[in-house]
Amino acid sequence: MSADTASPELRNHFKHGLDAPICLTWEVTYGCNLACAHCLSSSGKRDPRELSTEECRHLIDELARMQVFYVNVGGGEPLVRRDFLDLVDHAVERKVGVKFSTNGALITPEAARRIAATDYLDVQISIDGATPQTNDPVRGRGSYAMARRGMDRLAEAGFGPFKISVVMTRHNIPELDALERIAQEYGAQLRITRLRPSGRGASVWDELHPTAAQQRELYEWLIARPDVLTGDSFFHLSALGEPLPGLNLCGAGRVVCLVDPVGDVYACPFVLHDEFLAGNVRDGGGFEQVWRHSELFAELREPQSAGACASCGLYDKCQGGCMAAKFFTGMPLEGPDPECVLGHGELELVKVAAGDRPLVPVGHSKKRLRVG
Amino acid sequence: MSTSSADAATFDPSRRYRLHPDLALRPERFGALLYHYGTRRLTFLKSPQLTAIVRDIGEHPSVDAALDAHEIGPERRPALLRALATLESSEVISVG
Repeated sequence: MSADTASPELRNHFKHGLDAPICLTWEVTYGCNLACAHCLSSSGKRDPRELSTEECRHLIDELARMQVFYVNVGGGEPLVRRDFLDLVDHAVERKVGVKFSTNGALITPEAARRIAATDYLDVQISIDGATPQTNDPVRGRGSYAMARRGMDRLAEAGFGPFKISVVMTRHNIPELDALERIAQEYGAQLRITRLRPSGRGASVWDELHPTAAQQRELYEWLIARPDVLTGDSFFHLSALGEPLPGLNLCGAGRVVCLVDPVGDVYACPFVLHDEFLAGNVRDGGGFEQVWRHSELFAELREPQSAGACASCGLYDKCQGGCMAAKFFTGMPLEGPDPECVLGHGELELVKVAAGDRPLVPVGHSKKRLRVG
Repeated sequence: MSTSSADAATFDPSRRYRLHPDLALRPERFGALLYHYGTRRLTFLKSPQLTAIVRDIGEHPSVDAALDAHEIGPERRPALLRALATLESSEVISVG
């Protein structure tokens, strides 16, 4: 999201929730041809209960009525759904813009031409390194070449500035400049996001998340490049100095949420867990009822306690960090982020016994993968 | 909101402005959310008064007339004109 930096007053409004999300993430399928080690939604196999084409259209109509300006679509791999590009047409005709994430494998020349001919459609292709040597251990053998081929096809079809999306790990932070060069070569925009210990990411987070020194390096790099997109995901780094561009708050259940492939509504894309399940779009009142009246979202819109962070002078800047990062590392939600830049999180983290981390369901994984 | 000298040079309150055709406005309790489908940029209007002016700005022959219609007194005008100049530079409103 590209947006003004929100004033403290405006941030307060956002914390109390809006009548409709500012942006919503919609994962349209659990099916995926890859099996990335850090997949937030533990995707792999399609789920027979996934929303039908008709149900998807109905949800889009509802989002249009609520004036949700755009949806971030992910999965799984959205293009695994054969009705996906038809659903995109349905959405953009109703002024619900679509930004979708893909691994690029299914961007055939025909698909690229159709994508290029659609207004209000943004595409981001994921790679997790500037080389196959860095990318493939995380995203699977051959996935780097696949993604580059997808990028080539979009470029050949004249799509315009697509996005290259990278989850930052301790292995690819040294490649930030190289990633920027790849984006420049395509005339693409670079988008980098935070690795979260969610879904399959729970089992690789300890070995992949950036070191404290790398976090500082990343912050300096971003401050010097306000045009690099981040999906607002590094707001915990704002405690290092000037705030990064963006809203700089946890929007879970307040200004963002996630709809999963079977219609379950979660507080944010990083908390696919029963604890953060607000309802289902198939329930009587549809998505609107869940967004406006679910108990979980009402709780999240109450003032939150800063807990152990209350005495820290930098709480206003980092807002205690990411709820999902705390939850899946077994840390209290009121308290520091595990990657707190002052190191408070690391101290807390060693106190957490291995058994205190929440159990992460296997989800729709085809098989469990480990990095390496 | 702040404004640059470039905005001040192009923004002309004696002319008619309208909401940019690629723009959608969603009213909120604090004001409004604005989304520009062309630039994909999200902007916040941080006051209901500014929101009311922006919403029907195209119905008045000039920005000055729009401010008159909303009974904006001389003490509030400079701040609102600065805000509107900024909105022109971010393509929220345009001459037309």
